[in-house]
Amino acid sequence: MEALTKLSAAKMREGLVSGEFSAVELTEAHLNQIERSGAELNDFNSICNNEANEAAKIADKKLKEEKENCPTLTGIPVAVKDMLLTKGIRTTCSSKMLENFIPPYSATVVEKIEQNGGIVIGKTNHDEFGMGASSEHSIFGPVKNPWDHQRVPGGSSGGSAVAVAAGHAPLALSTDTGGSIRQPASFTGVVGLKPTYGRVSRYGVIAFASSLDQVGPHARTVDDTAILLEAISGRDEKDSTSIDLEVPSYFSNLQTAKKESLKGLRVGLPKEYFVDGLEADVEASIREAAKVLEEEGAELVDISLPHTSAALPVYYIIAPAEASSNLARYDGVRYGHRAENLKSLGELYERSRSEGFGDEVQRRILIGSYVLSAGYFDAFYNKALQVRTLIIDDFKSAFQNSCDVILAPVCPSTAFKIGELSNSPLKMYLQDVLTTPASLAGLPGISVPYSLDSKGLPIGVQLLAPHFGEEILLKVAERIERKASFDNTKFCKE
Amino acid sequence: MAQFETVIGLEVHAQLDTDSKIFATSAVASGDNPNSHTDPVTLGLPGCLPVLNKRVVDFAIKAGLATNCSIEKESVFARKHYHYPDLPKGYQISQYDKPICLGGYLDVKTDEGVKKIGITRIHLEEDAGKSTHLETEDSSLVDLNRAGIPLVEIVSEPDMRTPQEAGAYMRQLRQIVKYLGICDGDMEKGNLRCDVNVSVRPVGQEEFGTKVEVKNVNSFRFVERAIEYEQQRQIAQIEQGEEIVQETRLWDEQRGSTKPMRSKEFAEDYRYFPDPDLPPVIVDELWVKKVKESLPELPDQVIARFKDIYQLEEYQAERLTEEKIVANYFDKAVSRHNNPPVIANWICTELFGRLNKEGIEFEECPVSPAYLAELVELIDKNVISGKIAKTVFDEMFQSGQDASSIVEKQGLKQITDTGEIENVVSEILAANPEQVEELKSGKEKVLGFFVGQVMKATKGKANPQMVNELIKKLTNG
Repeated sequence: MEALTKLSAAKMREGLVSGEFSAVELTEAHLNQIERSGAELNDFNSICNNEANEAAKIADKKLKEEKENCPTLTGIPVAVKDMLLTKGIRTTCSSKMLENFIPPYSATVVEKIEQNGGIVIGKTNHDEFGMGASSEHSIFGPVKNPWDHQRVPGGSSGGSAVAVAAGHAPLALSTDTGGSIRQPASFTGVVGLKPTYGRVSRYGVIAFASSLDQVGPHARTVDDTAILLEAISGRDEKDSTSIDLEVPSYFSNLQTAKKESLKGLRVGLPKEYFVDGLEADVEASIREAAKVLEEEGAELVDISLPHTSAALPVYYIIAPAEASSNLARYDGVRYGHRAENLKSLGELYERSRSEGFGDEVQRRILIGSYVLSAGYFDAFYNKALQVRTLIIDDFKSAFQNSCDVILAPVCPSTAFKIGELSNSPLKMYLQDVLTTPASLAGLPGISVPYSLDSKGLPIGVQLLAPHFGEEILLKVAERIERKASFDNTKFCKE
Repeated sequence: MAQFETVIGLEVHAQLDTDSKIFATSAVASGDNPNSHTDPVTLGLPGCLPVLNKRVVDFAIKAGLATNCSIEKESVFARKHYHYPDLPKGYQISQYDKPICLGGYLDVKTDEGVKKIGITRIHLEEDAGKSTHLETEDSSLVDLNRAGIPLVEIVSEPDMRTPQEAGAYMRQLRQIVKYLGICDGDMEKGNLRCDVNVSVRPVGQEEFGTKVEVKNVNSFRFVERAIEYEQQRQIAQIEQGEEIVQETRLWDEQRGSTKPMRSKEFAEDYRYFPDPDLPPVIVDELWVKKVKESLPELPDQVIARFKDIYQLEEYQAERLTEEKIVANYFDKAVSRHNNPPVIANWICTELFGRLNKEGIEFEECPVSPAYLAELVELIDKNVISGKIAKTVFDEMFQSGQDASSIVEKQGLKQITDTGEIENVVSEILAANPEQVEELKSGKEKVLGFFVGQVMKATKGKANPQMVNELIKKLTNG
């Protein structure tokens, strides 16, 4: 029998329902795999051994009684980014500020995983407060890329992507603010989907930038991505920005879509995404993936999204502005890190926050406070909002006039070396250049693995669709996945 | 020496009487154990999100309609940033450049007649928690029960010119929010609070002087006194050739003066920006219409009704409508016994007088409107005399019993049986032959003596008119 940790979640489901293996065995296999490579890869901040084993026992009982009527995730391990609150389980945000924070409530998405029978196996490492593109900025140290331990897995959701790539869990919950799901997916050879803004509840998700943050799945297959997306989507009364729109049966609709031709589908290739600095291997891979779709009947069209180059600066005004506000609550008064030997209230704030936040977080709080301050608000924040509208309009007009989906690189390069960009925040920010436009527009985007570069590192293809176009994303991504030139379960069993 | 004019504008915060908080599920309640009305949102825990309580919007629309404001189709919540331990999120959710109500006014009754005071805006916001600074220890306590309680801030135009006008405006505003049932108006508890903007300028000058904001003014009297203090301080300063500093000052009620809190240079930059967690509030015409239909009668309307339908005098109608609870009391009493002027009199004289003397709030009034109405009814039906009624009222006030029972139990019923009174009169006439002669000889004064004697003998219960007639009849015979 193939190693349990290499199976897709869909296959796990079959095996669990048929009784081929139990949830306890499945959980144990994953905990063992974490035991083997977890410490080296550093993808987990906390491992929920006891909780997972207990939940597995309950799942087995349920599976025995209800078989295929059990909820879809029953007995299947799910890794959860440590920015998502888990009641009673330490949630650190990879920050000294919340190093010992045990939440009294769970995020809505975590509740949904549990309602669907999923087993939270551990909390994954990431860039502190989601700020970074390498998963190096964490008090728990950098996450390593299974394809090359000298390299980063991307970020901020690096731990989740690695957990899936390394067979520590078939599924992971992550967050994407400016590319934090898609870029690590690309770097580690897994699938990552950022849903439409408002598709998934943000309640209980530690906020980085509220108008951009969105929870989404990491998985090794497009099928599994659909399964997890279906489980977490939907309106939540506790999140006023979540949208009341029926959740399609992503997984079963995808099975139907697999049999359809892509005839009539227009795939847009935005010229602004194929720019200087794009690695040749990456460009070649993306163009080849486009060919795959063409062979399936799709029509390739060259399109233009003229304000693309403005996205990064706009993002680096809006996201820090919101972050500076969202992080104001970490003041050392009610919870979180509090400095010692204090002489005044001012000192309580200053020292608790200076000690509790890492450099990158402090940098963004400073940028954010600056762009919101009285003299600069119009010049920066308001201007950024105006340009954001132009970026949204670019996509609107492309989808109205030219294409049904957009195909583009996720990132200009493949995984870089740990420490390579640490001293240059700007170069690190450039990692987000091709993912931030869709974030600003609130569009759904997916990164699907396609090929390896000359160094043997994975390259993902980014697909974007109009708002609530997750189904078409999954359908098209699956076609690319079929032709992918490498085995992304390589590190799932050592 | 130049004559100065004072320019005053008020920012009034009214705590809204909703069941739950503005963005959270915790109850709005005071006086309970500290931090007992909290939840993840109120505590500002990581990951929590605000969800707007729609009732709060209803209340704000009510306030807007009652003050002649336009209700904005789209208003936006913004974050106002500052750090303080009783502000859990490090920002207060408020409304900034897009408030829910704009451009209204109030017709304020002043000593010089009715004056129109403009209302710039009304916006919604959340309250902060409460800090208690311990003097004996080196620490402070924070209670977040109040955090997240909904407030409306009603900002006036700088249209007032005297402390009395400001006081009148404030009183009228309080009366309106209480009538609307959106705020209990309790200034002592801080459920209605006021910041005062004061500046002075030479009479005839167009542009405003530099304004000073006085915070922490929590009674009508203090509003007037703080303004009086400020106008004197500012005028004195100008006359000494000094410039007024734009600053925030704090009212010190012990000293009856204001003291500097922070000057404009050190004013905080609140870094307002639209709250990305809350979509704009969209209020369509239907919503406004629904609220409009649910609006209760406002003070001016009640006064008009009391005058038109109940034929009350202006001053009496005004006194009875100062507090909604009194107007309701009056309405209830009148519905029980239809003699509005007399009931109004009883309330304004006996009831108010007695409550005042005993130091009892109207809310605690021991005499129910039905009982007071019954008392008046007993007078009107000649069951008791007006004089006896006062005794009965005293008893009602003390025991809370109804008038009939008291009259019954204490045998206070007026004697209207001619035979019974005639017997008493005869006895008294027989016992005082000299006075009878005097009366017969035309000394009318003696009539009073006899009436007094009869009333004394019947313990005041004899119908005085009947006594009069009988004495005349028996002495003429």
